[in-house]
Amino acid sequence: MKLLVCISKTPDTTSKIAFTEGNTKFDENAVQWIINPYDEWYALVKAIEMKEQDPAVTIHLVTVGEADAEPIIRKALALGGDEAIRINIQSNDSFVVASQIAAIAKEGAYDLILTGKETIDYNSACIGSMLAGLLDLPFVSLANHMVLNGNTASVKREIEGGEETCEVTLPAIVSCQKGMAEQRIPNMRGIMAARTKPLKVVEPIAVQATTSIKTYDLPPAKSGVKLVAADNVDELVRLLKEEAKAF
Amino acid sequence: MVLIYIDQAEQQIKKSSLEAISYGAALAKQLGVTAEGILLGTVTDDLVSLGKYGLQKLHQVSDASLNHFDAKVFTQVLTEAAKATNATVLVFAHNLNGKAVAPAVAVKLHAGIVTGANSLPDTSNGFTVTKTVFSGKAFAHINIDTAIKVISINQNCFGVQMHEGAATVEALSIAIPAASIKVTATHKVEGEIPLTEANIVVSGGRGLKGPENWGIIEDLAKVLGAATACSRPVSDSDWRPHHEHVGQTGVQVAPNLYIAVGISGAIQHLAGVNRSKTIVVINKDPEAPFFKAADYGIVGDAFEVLPALTAAIQKSKA
Repeated sequence: MKLLVCISKTPDTTSKIAFTEGNTKFDENAVQWIINPYDEWYALVKAIEMKEQDPAVTIHLVTVGEADAEPIIRKALALGGDEAIRINIQSNDSFVVASQIAAIAKEGAYDLILTGKETIDYNSACIGSMLAGLLDLPFVSLANHMVLNGNTASVKREIEGGEETCEVTLPAIVSCQKGMAEQRIPNMRGIMAARTKPLKVVEPIAVQATTSIKTYDLPPAKSGVKLVAADNVDELVRLLKEEAKAF
Repeated sequence: MVLIYIDQAEQQIKKSSLEAISYGAALAKQLGVTAEGILLGTVTDDLVSLGKYGLQKLHQVSDASLNHFDAKVFTQVLTEAAKATNATVLVFAHNLNGKAVAPAVAVKLHAGIVTGANSLPDTSNGFTVTKTVFSGKAFAHINIDTAIKVISINQNCFGVQMHEGAATVEALSIAIPAASIKVTATHKVEGEIPLTEANIVVSGGRGLKGPENWGIIEDLAKVLGAATACSRPVSDSDWRPHHEHVGQTGVQVAPNLYIAVGISGAIQHLAGVNRSKTIVVINKDPEAPFFKAADYGIVGDAFEVLPALTAAIQKSKA
């Protein structure tokens, strides 16, 4: 059983979001980088759990990014995984990123590809679905539980107002969210082991980007909270009805 | 032509799709082309009346096997439908199924995609779509550089808009590929409003002190016809089910009204709710950071404020 886990580098949730060069570039100054939480807590840890249950499982990690992505992929290797592949290109275009991963996936003949449900920077939720399109594979999105049974995965996915369980024959792609696994903290043994795990750097394939980011901006600041006295809830109801037209 | 994907569950068209039609119709008008829809499977709704939302023509692939969502099958059918109808722009709701298929369809059509758009594109010089990024902390203006374009729109960003009109319905014949998944069980939480479809959300945090106190949240939700939600510590302590957790790592919501009770407003929680139109915060701590992100606030004890608020809303609706 060969697993491929897609890992993305994102700014920490608490990072200050600012832009430079006439609002055309994200300001990386003083940004703390982390593994995208959905990739780490749910996709990667799920893969590690599967390997703990069946030592015959091999886990490959893949990330699309330049040399500055290496601390992140090493951190992911410290949690678990056998080896990592870094595709040496920085892109904000989901199609470019997905095409690079698809090329690796085709070569590696993986049984299961796991992604987080989305990244916390661009929130596009594109990579899993695009991989499914590029590789013509079944895709189960927003999964919160998965059990393997031979060549079949039984996966629970979120639907409006509930969840459904479905069976999918491997190879397949699954995007992971809360419930799939529990967050782990790398231990010293893992960190030491990660230093010597193979990290292969491959050059990107040539693909044309389909989108281009023109500018960024910040949402207008909230005009400030209107406080209503605790014993005057009728006033809050009036404001919500007449001013906010909330109901 | 703008082709709008009309998503259904249990043979009923989803509210988010009515918003997608309204958006797609406005976009078609802006581009001077027709607004057409694509529906997979069969529904009990009156299809002609989709014209009220601005839809001119509906293409229906009415094979009953399409009443169950299957990402691989839907990707293929939608791709073929887009080709058969010569669609130049495809519009999806950025809902659960939209997220699963829109990017795959874009890839198949060699189209650029922007997911989570929150307004109509600027077509004065290119085709620039605005979307929220960094979990609601910023906007990016992204140009789609391909001939065919795909957009999925954030829920509650455009609204459902009604006009006069009737849609013509045409059957579309497309070969249905074999199923790639088999649904073995469906679990619906009975009687609850799905969080991601809700107009109003009432959410509780640690300030409620324990699961036994959730009655005041549920009572308020009931008079408002709202969904209930909670903060991460609450779901981590199993006071409430995981599917109610809103925030960075839980569910992201964008209702018209979000009422937060006893939630301090950690940045991770705000990341899941900051696209809400109006935010009301009720907290006994005047220093709670959530007040900075709120439109309206009450500094007070939830156990006193909430029953009074529930009664006041009930009275105002009577």
